[in-house]
Amino acid sequence: MSSIVSQAWVWLNDPLNWTNSDGILALTWQHLWISAASVAIGCAIAWPIGIWLGHHGRGGGLVVGVSNLTRAIPTLALLSIFPLTILGFGAWSAVAALAVFAIPPLLANAVLGLREVDPSARDAAYGMGLSGWQVLFRVELPLSVPYLASGFRTAAVQVVATATLAALVGGPGLGKIINEGFGLGIASGGGQVLAGGLLVVVLCLLVEGVLVLVERAVTPRPLRHTRRRGRRASKPALAR
Amino acid sequence: MSSLQQAPLAAVTDAAGNPWFSWDYVQSNASALLSALIQHVELTAASVLIAAVLAIPLGILAYRVSWLTGPILALSSVLYTIPSLGLFAVLAPFLGLYASTVVIGLVLYALLVIVRNTLTGLNQVPVEIRDAARGMGYGRLGLLTRIELPLSLPSIMTGLRIATVSTVAMVTVGSVVGGYGGFGELILEGFRNNFYKAQIMTATIATVLLALVFDLVLALLGRLATPWSRRRSA
Repeated sequence: MSSIVSQAWVWLNDPLNWTNSDGILALTWQHLWISAASVAIGCAIAWPIGIWLGHHGRGGGLVVGVSNLTRAIPTLALLSIFPLTILGFGAWSAVAALAVFAIPPLLANAVLGLREVDPSARDAAYGMGLSGWQVLFRVELPLSVPYLASGFRTAAVQVVATATLAALVGGPGLGKIINEGFGLGIASGGGQVLAGGLLVVVLCLLVEGVLVLVERAVTPRPLRHTRRRGRRASKPALAR
Repeated sequence: MSSLQQAPLAAVTDAAGNPWFSWDYVQSNASALLSALIQHVELTAASVLIAAVLAIPLGILAYRVSWLTGPILALSSVLYTIPSLGLFAVLAPFLGLYASTVVIGLVLYALLVIVRNTLTGLNQVPVEIRDAARGMGYGRLGLLTRIELPLSLPSIMTGLRIATVSTVAMVTVGSVVGGYGGFGELILEGFRNNFYKAQIMTATIATVLLALVFDLVLALLGRLATPWSRRRSA
């Protein structure tokens, strides 16, 4: 047991493993880059739909359906199917596959956020003569920010974690270290597997921590306790 | 399991030779599909059962001992942040390449959902009902087993269903631990052997169908276990 820990330690202490062209730093950058792109695409698709549905008080059934279905789809399957489509091999098929998994939490929180807006605030805004669009942009959206933020965090953390799997099908990211280690066999690659696992775990916890702070920062103080309720409603998230 | 795999030797770059859907594939690989199915069902069932046995008491503990609520929920949330491949990578070097390694990883993920839903369910029991039961002379254990747990069953069942569907999908990642990934084995093998589309697609659809079947069975069990909720909604 200790030999694996020391192997992992030696591997992590080798400066070449960090600065190589496919070293830890480059892979971390790839990992974060594809994650950010996936979440951005997810937001571009899920937020307009979710906001529109929530604004019109619809979409509850759709959201439940979409999130149930995506929970059942193995990430590994999408990651291996997308490269064989027109997207081809490379980072973009991984981005597309990951975006699919970012959409449900973003969509669900957008719908929920707009539906949870206090009806009296909405009525007052309409009573003041605001149009539907004005109510949306001046009342509903600002009040939904905590929900949108928590959906964003759930989606982003999930995507960063899931991106690890891309390496199993030749994709980019930190999962490569783990995959290579498994390829060498546990006897000689065990240390590398452990080192890769720890790196991925640390990265995910860091991203989670940073986004918790961001989420707190964008949530106005009076709304902070409802935010927590919203997050709980959107979790538990999907399988990775 | 790799011995069961039959990769197409024909040129697979041409679309006609490598279709996404092929009934021929299903027929000629029935035995490989069946063994993947059995492994997938076994891994899922073992993981969810162990997770339920651990998580429901943990949920009760978190509910009863209020200062434990935070730590238990925080710990299980942290676990959920960790990617499945990362967790297997941390576990496998120590535990070895066995099915039990996969099961341990899957149990850790399923725990969170079940603990959370058990706690939610228990917290949702109305105070009046609890007070009435106490007034009728129920002790703490009687209150828990006769009143609180039955009333939390819908929430617990929802947790079990979510955990099961997620586990079915996540079993596929178990293939990194040397061949314990059920249909995931076929997906990865199909990808590595000349991008055998029919194999990837068949295994994917089979995984999704398996998740739906598990979900349906649990939904039926939930209905049978909570006859009162059916009467109320009818």
